[in-house]
Amino acid sequence: MNTTRRTVLRGATASGVLAGLIAAGALRPTLVLAADWNKAAFDAKDTSTALKGLGAGTAAESKDLILKVPDIAENGAVVPVDVTSNIPNTSSIAILVDKNPTALSAMFSFANGALPDVSARIKMGQTSLVKAVAKAGDKFYVAQKEVKVTVGGCGG
Amino acid sequence: MSSMNRREFLQILAAASAAGFALDSRQAWGAGKGDSFYELPRFGNVHLLHFTDCHAQLQPVYFREPSVNLGIGGAAGRAPHLVGERLLKAFGIKPGGIEAHAFSFLNFEKAARTYGKVGGFAHLATLVKRLRASRPNALLLDGGDTWQGSATALWTKGQDMVDACKLLGVDIMAGHWEFTLGDKRVMEIIEKDFGGKSGAKINFIAQNIKTSDFGDKVFEPYTLREMNGVKVAVIGQAFPYTPIANPRWMIPEWTFGIQDDNMQKMVDEVRSKGAQVVVVLSHNGMDVDLKMASRVTGIDAILGGHTHDGVPQPVVVTNANGKTLVTNAGSNGKFLGVLDFDVKGGRISDFRYKLLPIFSRLLPADAEMAALIDKVRAPHQAKLEEKLAVSEGLLYRRGNFNGSWDQLILDAIMEVQGAEIGFSPGFRWGTTILPGQAITFEHLMDQTAITYPQATLTEMKGEQIKTILEDVGDNLFNPDPYYQQGGDMVRVGGLDYTCDPNAKIGNRIQDMRLGGKHGGTPIEANKTYKVAGWAPVAEGARGEPVWDVVARYLRDKKTIAPRKLNQPKLVGLKGNAGIA
Repeated sequence: MNTTRRTVLRGATASGVLAGLIAAGALRPTLVLAADWNKAAFDAKDTSTALKGLGAGTAAESKDLILKVPDIAENGAVVPVDVTSNIPNTSSIAILVDKNPTALSAMFSFANGALPDVSARIKMGQTSLVKAVAKAGDKFYVAQKEVKVTVGGCGG
Repeated sequence: MSSMNRREFLQILAAASAAGFALDSRQAWGAGKGDSFYELPRFGNVHLLHFTDCHAQLQPVYFREPSVNLGIGGAAGRAPHLVGERLLKAFGIKPGGIEAHAFSFLNFEKAARTYGKVGGFAHLATLVKRLRASRPNALLLDGGDTWQGSATALWTKGQDMVDACKLLGVDIMAGHWEFTLGDKRVMEIIEKDFGGKSGAKINFIAQNIKTSDFGDKVFEPYTLREMNGVKVAVIGQAFPYTPIANPRWMIPEWTFGIQDDNMQKMVDEVRSKGAQVVVVLSHNGMDVDLKMASRVTGIDAILGGHTHDGVPQPVVVTNANGKTLVTNAGSNGKFLGVLDFDVKGGRISDFRYKLLPIFSRLLPADAEMAALIDKVRAPHQAKLEEKLAVSEGLLYRRGNFNGSWDQLILDAIMEVQGAEIGFSPGFRWGTTILPGQAITFEHLMDQTAITYPQATLTEMKGEQIKTILEDVGDNLFNPDPYYQQGGDMVRVGGLDYTCDPNAKIGNRIQDMRLGGKHGGTPIEANKTYKVAGWAPVAEGARGEPVWDVVARYLRDKKTIAPRKLNQPKLVGLKGNAGIA
């Protein structure tokens, strides 16, 4: 593992070096812009209402939308999700969990030219389909996979 | 133990034959060539020797193969989900002989008395030396689950096994239970004993372990070796669900998973570096290996473990770009797999595979290894050999739902702790005891030696009990192998239920009722029950080590009558080849 990078970053956050890097343009948070808060979508109790809130009632499955999630979560409290869209003109990516109390976990919007590749850690209470929904132009695309959340123990 | 010479063994075979063990000499003596079980002529120019899941068994043991090893969905009726006669038939093994005994549970007690114990590192060492003499530059691969499973491995934090593996000449290793010694201890062994991460002495490899913060690699993913003019790559695959099946807090900074994308990347990388043979040393479990072989291209063989399947011949899996051999080499030191490839003009032209059972009477003990084992055991001898009780019945663990050893543990923890219901984890390791044999403290540790051994007593609602059974059932019977964890069903005491393995999660477990003296009372979802268990994966669990609880029970009983197994009623399995 890269101990040096880990040490530098730990030091950096402690000493404010990161702020300096951002000011100098070395790290550019402006590439990913926060969209307006979509209350209807984020408050939705189920996926279909959340998708409606996003204006994405009918999303087509696409191979160009790549969703990476574990088959079984190591820890339901922090499930790593990685979504990459190879669909031209992708302007947003949403992550949804069917069986979470509120289905929409995250929403990312991309300014023109930003690479639609996002990683997040989401919380899952139980085994569920995880969906990535991308918007490109006026159309919506979906990729989905089941992530199992288990009580653990008893292996091997 | 004393080793018989071949003549004596042949005499025993003659006696066995007269006693109803039909022995065909060509079958009994393996390859059909030569007069010895272990004479395996060299084939080709790339040689891989593979053992896995020995679970720290340095001494010869008895080990009964399962009579229940169900395949669900696409896995039904195929290796490794074949037991007994169905397994023998599928691999052309004649019933009644020494090989039938090695690979099946059939007639176990009688055959075990005839052929004797299996495994033992001193006997394994002799076989490895012989095979190395006939196969220059052969690599010895250890698939993991090596540093856990015995009293001495637990008490020396794996050091006895590390020393034995160094002496045995292990070249490359993968892991699973190793991680239950904790991340710091694993790294200490790699630094002090293995010659660091580069593996100057032994390469510990894993492509699927990363740091959970930045996703950096923790171990080298593969090693490239030159063997008899051929470039050979071995890629490591750790048990993908270690942080779920075992305590995550012992390895808090590492994340696992199957990671086929990265596996494909590693295969492509070693191919681009000129590897002519690409092998994965895997602790996925056989069902996961079979699926991985269908998805990842460019692997010549996956040498697998974890699920403890003694599979006589490789399964050949066809994928988009070619074929991959998938093997599984059993457990408890019982087998050594020998894979020979003939590489001509940079390509594999043919292969031979043999899974050799280690019969300790047929292989003299290697003196140097025997001396090391004696030295390891000497300080603990008295404790190891304490006779706790005598077993009147056969005690074994392996099987999808229960084994008589687990039943004994359940009976003990329930009685000692005053519980109505007992849970014992579906571990697949643990040795076998023949009727009339004394149960020593060492035998008890063979079933229980783990770093989180606390015996627990928990109040659980009926619905919680159901959730646990459903959850573990799905880890075993989900038709998609990538959602399986490779253990067996949690063993239950004091609880009768019906199980439909083909159903979906939530519907597999039905008609739960209290057993034993409360016989027949249905379990109520909202009622609270006292449940005894052991091996809690949560951090900070308290309780007496389970071996102390069970040892007290055994000393008190002195004689252990044959156990009545708490088995679920199974439905929907008509014709399944994984149940005898």
